[in-house]
Amino acid sequence: MSIDKTEDLILNMGPQHPSMHGLFRMVVHLEGETVTEIDPKIGYLHRGIEKLAESRTYTQFIPYTDRLDYLASPHNNWAYVQTVEKLMGVEIPERAEYLRVIFGELSRIASHQVMIASTALDIAGWTAWSYAFRDRERILDMYEMTAGSRLTVNIMRIGGMSAEPPAEFWPALKSFLDDTPEMLEEYYGVFLGNEIAQGRLKNVGILSKELAQSLSITGPVLRGSGVQYDLRRAEPYSIYDRFDFDIPVRYGCDSYDRTMIRMDEIKESIKIIKQAVRDIPEGPIMAKVPKVIKPPVGEVYHRVENPKGELGFYIVSDGSTKPSRVRIRPGTFVNLQMLPIVAKGWKIQDVVAIFATLDAVLGEVDK
Amino acid sequence: MQALNNLFLIIADFIRSLFADPHSVWANLTMDVINFIIVVIIIVLAALILILLERKIAGWTSQRTGPNRLGPRGWFQTIADALKLMGKEDVTPAGADRILFKIAPMIVFSLPMMTLAVIPYGNQMAPINLDLGIFYFLAVSAISTLAFLMAGWGSNNKYSLLGGMRAVAQMISYEIPLLFSLLGVVMITQSFNLGVIVQDQHTIPFIALQPLAFVIYIIAGIAEVNRAPFDLVEADQEVVAGPFTEYTGLRWGLFFLGEYGNMTAVSALAATVFLGGWQGPFLPGWIWFWMKVGIIIFFMMWVRWTFPRIRVDHLMHLAWKVLLPLSILNIFLTGLGIYIYRLVMGG
Repeated sequence: MSIDKTEDLILNMGPQHPSMHGLFRMVVHLEGETVTEIDPKIGYLHRGIEKLAESRTYTQFIPYTDRLDYLASPHNNWAYVQTVEKLMGVEIPERAEYLRVIFGELSRIASHQVMIASTALDIAGWTAWSYAFRDRERILDMYEMTAGSRLTVNIMRIGGMSAEPPAEFWPALKSFLDDTPEMLEEYYGVFLGNEIAQGRLKNVGILSKELAQSLSITGPVLRGSGVQYDLRRAEPYSIYDRFDFDIPVRYGCDSYDRTMIRMDEIKESIKIIKQAVRDIPEGPIMAKVPKVIKPPVGEVYHRVENPKGELGFYIVSDGSTKPSRVRIRPGTFVNLQMLPIVAKGWKIQDVVAIFATLDAVLGEVDK
Repeated sequence: MQALNNLFLIIADFIRSLFADPHSVWANLTMDVINFIIVVIIIVLAALILILLERKIAGWTSQRTGPNRLGPRGWFQTIADALKLMGKEDVTPAGADRILFKIAPMIVFSLPMMTLAVIPYGNQMAPINLDLGIFYFLAVSAISTLAFLMAGWGSNNKYSLLGGMRAVAQMISYEIPLLFSLLGVVMITQSFNLGVIVQDQHTIPFIALQPLAFVIYIIAGIAEVNRAPFDLVEADQEVVAGPFTEYTGLRWGLFFLGEYGNMTAVSALAATVFLGGWQGPFLPGWIWFWMKVGIIIFFMMWVRWTFPRIRVDHLMHLAWKVLLPLSILNIFLTGLGIYIYRLVMGG
């Protein structure tokens, strides 16, 4: 009798593993270096944010949303405060809307820079990583000027913005916007244009259009699979209907296009910010909202296009100062479903690359 | 000038002259011991300098400063790191194959000592003048594959095992183009002796005659010492430092010394075979030699900090489908060239 098949090697990657962003863990079944099965385990960063919301007032919960997708915290604030505003029926001042767009798109750029950097790092492109982080630093500086903190900025309030950007913010923003094309060229030169990097990413981890749609994948991952769907265009919230920008889409469905789509989106974000800076009116940055926020009894769902996917908040109000129930629909949590399906059959190093292109932030996945 | 050029030969002659018979067994033995110590010093010094240089170059390429706190411009950083490593606990993981686990780093460290012993550092300055120099060099450096596999297997860690397996696949594949790329030079010089090969380059370094072989050698050499973009063996993002995952303290430090020693050895062979070794005008030969080695090492570091890691199947593809046919083509072209040369010169 001959033994045709040896036993699979079961390898535990994470939660302490250099390429598992945050605290992700996956149990990988290996045949040689080929992955036969992936079993993702999440929950190492679970803090029960949804439950915490029930014992905080509406305003007190804003800093907690920073800790969801901590690489794009203004966007999380935005999703939450807009949900509450929708529930209360508050109209916010024009200037605040424009500032929200500026900070939201800045956070999109920062988040995509981290994605490019960490994808580069996961295929050992150290230099590309440090370039992207160097440039992201300028965005963090702009956060710091305005809100005082750099990562979890807590910059939005129910009814407007927490602070007016100082005078030095605008020149810093302008020089950043002017330098961005050069930055993108640099990322392309040192990382995405490199033949070895293209060999690592092209035709790896094919997520077909049908599969992406059936898994309800959103965000750049979906657009990298050939679906031109973006909430900013599909269901324009805030003032996105006023801006002229494209929804980039790529049809490669592979890791490379999932990375390149972020480069394209940075360019579009720059366009939006430029228009916002041009059109921003003078005026107040806070609407007249009561000191104690007491939304009427009811429930509301609102979703925005987070840099990583669709971020939705569902809030049930019982008329008191605290929400009765908050449910968060995180983009990357849903996107993460594709990993065991798509990464099967690839080598272990390709799985690392595929996981990197998902751009999962475990703060958002585990909540 | 001449004295400076032959500085080390003069010192050697002086030491020999202390003995009654300068060529007695005892005199030879003493010289061998001194040579051995010098080679060890070369490796340790190379590692000390190269680790700092690597971090500085990494800083320059990625627009950081690199280490700059300890000593002038951070020059003492490696010394502090070495001291720190000595203070670390030496952990042998439970379930490890103790013997394999413990001797693997020693083997890795001993190989550059053996290979660097045949390199001519200057005119008649090879510590051991072997007639089969290249042959010996390649044979000895091939042992490092075994050491990585021992470390990978002995650690009782799945990541290490994967890394060890990668080491075998990669290093055996790249050994062949590495060896074939050197054959062209051997055909021209009709000798395996590194001293003779350097002597023959007094008019023109062999990089001019064998440019293709040089490129193949550098690529295969980088793969042979497991440096990026061919650092699949110790890829932290995938197999978490591979065979070195479980090593701590000085044993891990020995791997590090071995890595930089091997890098120096591969660069030294490239400088010797392709760049004319110690040949060069004005400056003493040994300075020329180290300058050439330095250029190649700088190139390897530059590549490391610029390129991402290659995919594992592309790695094999490159070795077997690109480098190997090219190196065979190079041998063919060299043979043709020698034949035509003889026809023309009537040799």
